[in-house]
Amino acid sequence: MIEYALNFGYAAVSVAVLLNLWRLLRGPSLMDRVLAVDTMVINIIALIILFGIQQRTTVFFEGALLFAMFGFISTVAYCRFILRGDVIE
Amino acid sequence: MNFLLELLISALIVLGGIFALVGSIGLVKLPDLLTRLHAPTKATTLGVGGALVASMLFFFGIEGTLSIHEVLISVFLFLTAPITAHFIAKAHLHEHVELREDLPPTGREQGWSTFDGLPEAEHKDHV
Repeated sequence: MIEYALNFGYAAVSVAVLLNLWRLLRGPSLMDRVLAVDTMVINIIALIILFGIQQRTTVFFEGALLFAMFGFISTVAYCRFILRGDVIE
Repeated sequence: MNFLLELLISALIVLGGIFALVGSIGLVKLPDLLTRLHAPTKATTLGVGGALVASMLFFFGIEGTLSIHEVLISVFLFLTAPITAHFIAKAHLHEHVELREDLPPTGREQGWSTFDGLPEAEHKDHV
């Protein structure tokens, strides 16, 4: 049963990533693109976790954690660059 | 018992997938950035939360190993999602200065602090 649920989860999250990609390509303003990348990172963390459940291994959690930190820091750095013209003052 | 556990894990995975999908549909469908910001920061975070709880139950209940990493990831995501949303909204307001006219009044002499800075008196109190 978990296998079927995993397949459904893969499909749903993959469609979500494609929708984010559409917004990333289309997004009228700069912040739309930043928001799309931020959401995409969160969706990819969900994909990594589902893959970890399917493979029955906990190895991928470090990767997911790294992705979470990297996504957060890149979004904040980009917003700060837009706001202040500099990342670290 | 095992069946119930598997049912719960499957339900959480499906729910997480649906939430992630709904958040991204909101990102595509909603009309402008400040409304678009609403969908992913809430729904997608819940979607990842569902997948993380499912994974924790799976490794604890079926594999028999206690893993704490999921708690770490979910706490990190739940803490950082509002911060990124706040930063994106603020950068959007600064990028589109014409939106400044539409902001509701603060009801004081001082305007919005993101544009006008901290009020003088309160600023002195803090220092």
